[in-house]
Amino acid sequence: MLHKKRKVMRMRFAAGLLALAALATGLTACGGSGASSIVDKAKDDKKLVIGVKIDQPGWGLKKPDGGYAGFDVDVAKYVAKELGVPESGITFKEAQSANREPFIQQGQVDMVIATYSITDERKKKISFAGPYLVTGQDILVRADDTSITGVESLKDKKVCGAQGSSSPKRLAEKFGPDWESKNLTQQQGYGACLPLLENKQVDAISTDATILAGFAAQFPGKFKLIGQPFSEERYGIGLKLDDKAGRDAINNAIEKFFKDGSWRKAIDTNLGEFGKYFTTPPSVDRY
Amino acid sequence: MTERGATVLYDVPGPRARLRNNALTLAFGVVLLLVAYFVWTKFDEKGQWKGELWQPFLRADTWTELILPGLLNTLVAAALAAVLALLFGAVFGIARLSDHRWVRIPAAVVVEAFRAVPVLMLIFFAQYGGSLAGLVVTEFTAVVFGLTVYNGSVLAEIVRAGILAVPRGQAEAGYAIGLRKNQVMRLILLPQAVTAMMPAIVSQLVVLLKDTALGFVVAYADLLNAGARVVPANYANLIPSVIVIAAVYIAINLALGYLAAWLERRSRRSRKVTADPAAAERAGGEVAFVR
Amino acid sequence: MEAVVDELPVILGAFWLTVKLTVVSGLISLVWGIALAAMRVSPLPVLRGAGALYVNVLRNTPLTLIIVFCGLGLGTVMDVQFSDDLSLNSFWLSIIGLSAYTSAFVCEVVRAGINTVPLGQAEAARAIGLTFLQTLRLVILPQAVRTVIAPLGSLLNALVKNTTVAAAIGVMEAALRMKNLFDAHGDAIIPIFLGFAAGFVVLTLPLNLLSGRLARRLAVVR
Repeated sequence: MLHKKRKVMRMRFAAGLLALAALATGLTACGGSGASSIVDKAKDDKKLVIGVKIDQPGWGLKKPDGGYAGFDVDVAKYVAKELGVPESGITFKEAQSANREPFIQQGQVDMVIATYSITDERKKKISFAGPYLVTGQDILVRADDTSITGVESLKDKKVCGAQGSSSPKRLAEKFGPDWESKNLTQQQGYGACLPLLENKQVDAISTDATILAGFAAQFPGKFKLIGQPFSEERYGIGLKLDDKAGRDAINNAIEKFFKDGSWRKAIDTNLGEFGKYFTTPPSVDRY
Repeated sequence: MTERGATVLYDVPGPRARLRNNALTLAFGVVLLLVAYFVWTKFDEKGQWKGELWQPFLRADTWTELILPGLLNTLVAAALAAVLALLFGAVFGIARLSDHRWVRIPAAVVVEAFRAVPVLMLIFFAQYGGSLAGLVVTEFTAVVFGLTVYNGSVLAEIVRAGILAVPRGQAEAGYAIGLRKNQVMRLILLPQAVTAMMPAIVSQLVVLLKDTALGFVVAYADLLNAGARVVPANYANLIPSVIVIAAVYIAINLALGYLAAWLERRSRRSRKVTADPAAAERAGGEVAFVR
Repeated sequence: MEAVVDELPVILGAFWLTVKLTVVSGLISLVWGIALAAMRVSPLPVLRGAGALYVNVLRNTPLTLIIVFCGLGLGTVMDVQFSDDLSLNSFWLSIIGLSAYTSAFVCEVVRAGINTVPLGQAEAARAIGLTFLQTLRLVILPQAVRTVIAPLGSLLNALVKNTTVAAAIGVMEAALRMKNLFDAHGDAIIPIFLGFAAGFVVLTLPLNLLSGRLARRLAVVR
């Protein structure tokens, strides 16, 4: 009798362990959607998980009303609609600069629309639809600072960048490791750089003009853009490496987005006066 | 006997000492106020007291939509990591006491190694190593992995010390009445050890909760992330936001701290305990105080 | 394995930074922590209150938050600037954060050490006519110091690991360097991790052994 009871107890304990293990693996496994195309997933489930920035004013921003706002968010909604997914079927998820490729590779998101530059390096791991916007690395300075006129002026200036972003790396390569050590600080996201710039801990923030414009619009009159991009960044929509069908469908959606005037409208609503820096949509690169 | 007010350092103050103490109180009070005033004016100078920076925290939706989801993520990660770490700690703590060398030694190596490695490194490793092995490693999984392995190893030491702190006679008495090894462990040693270990375990769990903030560095959408990224992106109020979030953390940790103190008092009062709680605490070493 | 060998100078450099962070913030924490303990056991309620407030606030705030605040807030609000060299500046800012945090724990350890000395010891000392300083120097501190050695050792041990949190404001210590090496050598993640983990074992193991040994040798039998 006692023996039996003990056996039951032991089984219960084992069952508990199993449940815990299942919980742990289940938590890691969710989100994997297999190898099928995003087009099929959108058609069958009427649901998509889209990676966006949540802390980038003008591009991807989580609002206190529970929604998301920004140019990338508008692109996401438009593309999703074209794939047959209503706005209510979209789950937005934060994609931080440092974790966008693993996000797509591991299937945690179906696509990433997060001020995401198309590069050959990244094309080895994932594929890109688009570009839907072409911009370049620019420099944000305090409104009254006239000493910085272009990228060369940064040689003896202090610059803030975000950890994991490619923009500070480009400057570090240009000016060398000594400059990197003395003149570059890398924080958790570009939002953290703004107070540093405002209070003269650094003299400039350098990354894509888009991101800088979004922040500058948030602090009217305090900052200005130099307006001389010294790189070309082509923002694409990241998705799984082998999803050719998905890429084609999204490229069609983007072209429609350009043609029917939604592109211009989205730029102007999200960036206000800074919309002037972004004049024409690019042409889609089908590779 | 001793009079009220005497401490190991100071005798009960006489009239002269009282006068001196009053003067010193005034002096230090003024110094502290000056420091506070200096900080206040610095904040004022930089416009950090401006109403529009603090007002968002009076609005309900700032809390319900931006901050509380972060807090929830923090608590979920902490809770899951706590359960897994306790399991890890129990298994490895008992394994280190095994009679079999082939169990004891690997367990000791695992515990000692993971105790030495910083949680942040474990989190980075989970992210990169996991995707290398083709696993899906979310920031959540990485954070829970790091917290589980590190705190589990520390808890293993607490468990081991707690069991060792039960007087030997207890186990001997168990064997004398014919109990087997696992019965002695399960029926005699563990129940007594757990009571003794409780305060150390709870303080380690407070450590674990605080360490979830490391998730910020890998962009886990936790409470700190809400305060340092999400809220300021809406209201451009980084410094006020970080201060408010700090207050939330302090409130939660103080509450847990009081819980730990209450548990400790209760286990001290309880006459059933034969193991010494302080012994378990000491053995945990860094446990009780650190982080 | 090759990656670890190739990058050895970089790895050693990162650990050198970790050691510097530990030593400097360890010393500052010790001094500031003892000062805080003195405040908390003083006969002046103002100082006791201020000390208690400091300890409770700092001890219950996550270190990551403290360091982020030091990295962003000290410079922008309090105009604290240590150097024109940004790496050096964030190095010192993170030291402020690490010390501010660790000193709260040092304070509690020291205060507990003082409280373990039985009241009778001090009363006996006063009864034979020792002055305050003599009581402190000859009777209380020798006993208190011995009881705090083991917990201070554990604190130092934790501090070694806590220095990695400085990564949050871009200090290139061991953890952030490891992450960057992961990015550069995607095929050597396990060797690189093992290399860095070994580094931390090397740093913490002797500390553990030493403080355990000292504590046992100096233990006060009561």
